[in-house]
Amino acid sequence: MPLLHRIARKDHPVIAFTLDGAPCEGRAGDTLLSAILNRTESLRRTEFTGEPRAGFCQMGACQDCWVATETGERLRACTTPLQPGMNIVTGTARVA
Amino acid sequence: MSERPQPLIVGAGPAGIRAAEALVAAGLCPLVVDEAPACGGQIYRQRLVQDGRSTKDLYGSEAGKAERLHAAFAALEGRIDYWPQALLWNLRDGVADIAVGGTSRRVAYDGLVLATGATDRVLPVPGWTLPGVFTLGGSQVALKAQGCAIGSRVVFAGSGPLLYLVAWQYMKAGVEVAAVLDAAPASAKLNLIKALPLDPGIVLRGARFVAELRLRGVVIRSGIEGLRFEGEGRVSGVIWREGGRERRLACDGVGYGLALRSETQLADLAGCAFRFNQRDRAWLPVRDAAGRASVAGVYLAGDGAGIAGADAAERAGERAALALLEDRDLAIDKARAVTLEAELARIGKLRDALETAFPFPAHWAETIDDATTLCRCEEITAGSIREAVNRLDISEINRLKAVSRVGMGRCQGRMCSAASAEVLAAATAKPLDAVGRLRAQAPVKPIPLALQLAADLPEAAANLPEAAE
Ligand SMILES: Cc1cc2nc3c(=O)[nH]c(=O)nc-3n(C[C@H](O)[C@H](O)[C@H](O)COP(=O)(O)OP(=O)(O)OC[C@H]3O[C@@H](n4cnc5c(N)ncnc54)[C@H](O)[C@@H]3O)c2cc1C
Ligand code: FES
Repeated sequence: MPLLHRIARKDHPVIAFTLDGAPCEGRAGDTLLSAILNRTESLRRTEFTGEPRAGFCQMGACQDCWVATETGERLRACTTPLQPGMNIVTGTARVA
Repeated sequence: MSERPQPLIVGAGPAGIRAAEALVAAGLCPLVVDEAPACGGQIYRQRLVQDGRSTKDLYGSEAGKAERLHAAFAALEGRIDYWPQALLWNLRDGVADIAVGGTSRRVAYDGLVLATGATDRVLPVPGWTLPGVFTLGGSQVALKAQGCAIGSRVVFAGSGPLLYLVAWQYMKAGVEVAAVLDAAPASAKLNLIKALPLDPGIVLRGARFVAELRLRGVVIRSGIEGLRFEGEGRVSGVIWREGGRERRLACDGVGYGLALRSETQLADLAGCAFRFNQRDRAWLPVRDAAGRASVAGVYLAGDGAGIAGADAAERAGERAALALLEDRDLAIDKARAVTLEAELARIGKLRDALETAFPFPAHWAETIDDATTLCRCEEITAGSIREAVNRLDISEINRLKAVSRVGMGRCQGRMCSAASAEVLAAATAKPLDAVGRLRAQAPVKPIPLALQLAADLPEAAANLPEAAE
């Protein structure tokens, strides 16, 4: 079950992106964090213990929501607007 | 005058907007930078797109203020330079490094207004890193700016005015609020009687939130201890102690926080003197009643200089701008300056009274379990910090950072510095102010290494903290 659920913008235009290779949909007005956590339970795994994380502050302070694109660019999910065609890798798939 | 570089305002929240307005009124053209895509700051944050909700739905009783502030900023268009989505990441020798639009720009300024605001203050508890646990502010951002709830059955825990406000906002939005768990004892709320004559509106609004939550059957508990969150891979419940008994409640989302902490990194890089503030249990940049910092030409306004709320931030922003004008020997409305200072003093008293209703959990540092992760960036436990303190006889926070890496991670101590200072003070049986202040380092938030190098930092580059990848 996804972590977040929508209260508003339920019928806003769909924005297509991929998440760990799988096709995925967000809505116009989503941050990357909202788009991903409306589909799944976490954003990344930590470097040291590998535990799952899903952000914390949602305002660009804690830096616990960084994800990567397939080309290796790193993005802070809570402050990055979702763009059509983004290819996001979270590295969380191994336990999904 | 036209020869001088323009003044620089960091932050387009209530403080920054009112500062910009006052400078423009005096004929100056400031540069305003803010990380956010639109103006408003934390409390009056705007959505990325319209979503059918009204400003009343979003900002409640503060909707009028939000609309006025957004309109005031819009009216400055063409008379200020405004860089949204711009991070000011370094300050030195009168120049600022600003990451914007994929490059880093170096800007000389004459007069610097720091209106950087605040973020949640957090003390780690077991399970606080689990997916589904967000700060109170983060829970509010999800709801307000993104129209998303952090769960379908949510618990709000911690302390501070945001605790009841956010719980109430979730309830109003139709989300099931399972409980509100307040770390402050119920008796502390009696202190609100002192705040009542200062601002009946604020106190009564808080009382109404509590009454309406109760009416809807939300469990409200005060004086809770031993708070922890449990779950496998995501949060599934909350555990706490109350009157010696352990309690447990299932939930799929948690909003947690203990009041706010000021964003002071830029004041530090600007070379401002700091003083320990007993009420906020934090080091804050020194300023006079007008907002002048200890460094000439630097002005401090709003929650970034000490937590006082949005109404104070608007006034402090305007007052700081007037100080900047005065210091340039420009004419100002002196009566207005006096009024602003008087209002700030009144709000300051109100804030003192409000804070006593939400006292800091004094025993947290002694009771927090060794196994609890204290630093979520570097995954350092409370136990390993205590061990380092004892083994190496550490008594100063920057030394602790160098040895343990606590405060050195990507968040630059935003989430762990309050906690690590508390643990260090408790472990060495010293008062909090005796363990020192964690120094800020550039970049104040992660920026791509390429930008940092392009900014052509001199020798200092070698000492940069772990820069962002
Ligand atoms: C998450 C959160 C929610 C809150 N909700 C409420 C509420 O509902 N009701 C209430 O009464 N109070 C609330 N508060 C308190 C209220 O936000 C503040 O009192 C008020 O916003 C302070 O205004 P300000 O202008 O000082 O700072 P802010 O409004 O915080 O604005 C500061 C701005 O500075 C920018 N900034 C900071 N550093 C940099 C940098 N290095 N580079 C570029 N830009 C930078 C930030 O992006 C931000 O937009 C909340 C606080 C937080 C943290
Ligand atoms: S969730 Fe904290 S920085 Fe994104």
